[in-house]
Amino acid sequence: MHWDIVWNNLDYFLWGAYPNGPLGGLAMSILMALAGIFGAFWLGLVVGVCRLSSRKWLNMPSLVYIEVIRGTPLLMVIFWFFFLAPAVFGFNLPDWQSAIIALIVFTSAYIAEIVRAGVLSLPKGQMEAARGTGLSHTQAMIHVILPQALQNMIPSFVNQFVSLTKDTSLAYIIGVNELTKTATQVNNRTMKAPFEIFITIAVLYFVVCFVLTEFSRRLEARTNRYQARNR
Amino acid sequence: MAYQFDFGLVVSGEYGDWILQGLAITLKISAISIVLALVMGTLLCILRITKVKPLVWIAWTYTEFFRNTPLLVQIFFWYFGSYSVLPDGVNRWLNAQDFEFSCGVIALSFYTAAFIAEDLRSGIFAIPKTQLEASRACGLSFMQAMGYVILPQAFRIIVPPLVSQFLNLIKNSSLVMTIGVMDLTYMARQIESHTFHGFEAFTVSTLIYLSISLIVSFSIQQYNLRVLRTATR
Repeated sequence: MHWDIVWNNLDYFLWGAYPNGPLGGLAMSILMALAGIFGAFWLGLVVGVCRLSSRKWLNMPSLVYIEVIRGTPLLMVIFWFFFLAPAVFGFNLPDWQSAIIALIVFTSAYIAEIVRAGVLSLPKGQMEAARGTGLSHTQAMIHVILPQALQNMIPSFVNQFVSLTKDTSLAYIIGVNELTKTATQVNNRTMKAPFEIFITIAVLYFVVCFVLTEFSRRLEARTNRYQARNR
Repeated sequence: MAYQFDFGLVVSGEYGDWILQGLAITLKISAISIVLALVMGTLLCILRITKVKPLVWIAWTYTEFFRNTPLLVQIFFWYFGSYSVLPDGVNRWLNAQDFEFSCGVIALSFYTAAFIAEDLRSGIFAIPKTQLEASRACGLSFMQAMGYVILPQAFRIIVPPLVSQFLNLIKNSSLVMTIGVMDLTYMARQIESHTFHGFEAFTVSTLIYLSISLIVSFSIQQYNLRVLRTATR
């Protein structure tokens, strides 16, 4: 067993060559996950609300967007942005940027579905009442429907955040220096301790994701209790 | 320089064959992994619902660990690290097979089994507890009650989430390209590096994945309409 290799490279796994070089490792993965969930939340919210719209030109494109993205492997989406952005836009994006864009585009389709389900789960009377008080459809959405719906969606969002954190590992394929990449680098360099290295990486991801999952479970229990009491 | 589109290149001739070969590997690895994941997931779920503490604990740890780590890391673990954990006999057997393919199957089925176990468990909990008590009272053993009464009902509820796990597995199978399994994604990538016509190669393979997903989810919708509606009636 060569746990010393893991021990000696632990700081590299955690934050890469920082502060002497670029940030990497787990810190990079977490930053990508945060940027991804932030972007995906807003994009997903817009797509989800458009999907609910009764206007054909709004809901058809978002339906197509959701179905196409959800039917495609994330790896394909990453390749699309990595290889095709230069052909389409005429310039190369840095690899971590194209990975984040791909993650946002991918995750937002799932978030859009969460948003849709959350809004549909509210009683219909909420919208009717809000409209009845003289709010426009958009105002009713923003001030009445979404604040309530978003609260119910928090557990699903956290689960999506967990998936996204795991998905950042795919950025390895286009060369982003995140946790999985640092593991393969150390593995290629030392050639002695693949078992120890990959177990360590798995445990690092596990700690982050499990804490989030537990958090979402607690939230879910609390939201359920809250709703049950109100009923 | 304007990009010259050439879809003919990708869908016919040598590269067209590559795509088809890749699709065949994707379908093969998915099919084998789905069967294994289903078997393992069912076993895990049974462990979870027994009252034997150590078994429950093992199954819980398994599920949580495999669900909360990235599939890619698991693939690398099996590919690079399995050699030092698996017994020699198993290693020799694996090496005699297509090693990359076997590692892909192991990783995909171990990963998906954890998700399937959770889906099955929530399906089983949807069956009222009295069903089990009633079947035990009829003289069936716990295993018999499970096999003849609880599981057949639970499976019907579980089919839709199960199918979406299968779809996830098919999409996730694209990750096995990282260890050199020549699946659809690998072939698209290969065509990209041979011809620089990545746009066409990725479009065609995306469309193939998409049509698999859409066909399967359309069938499950039909299933929902027919079977589940009659079930509630």
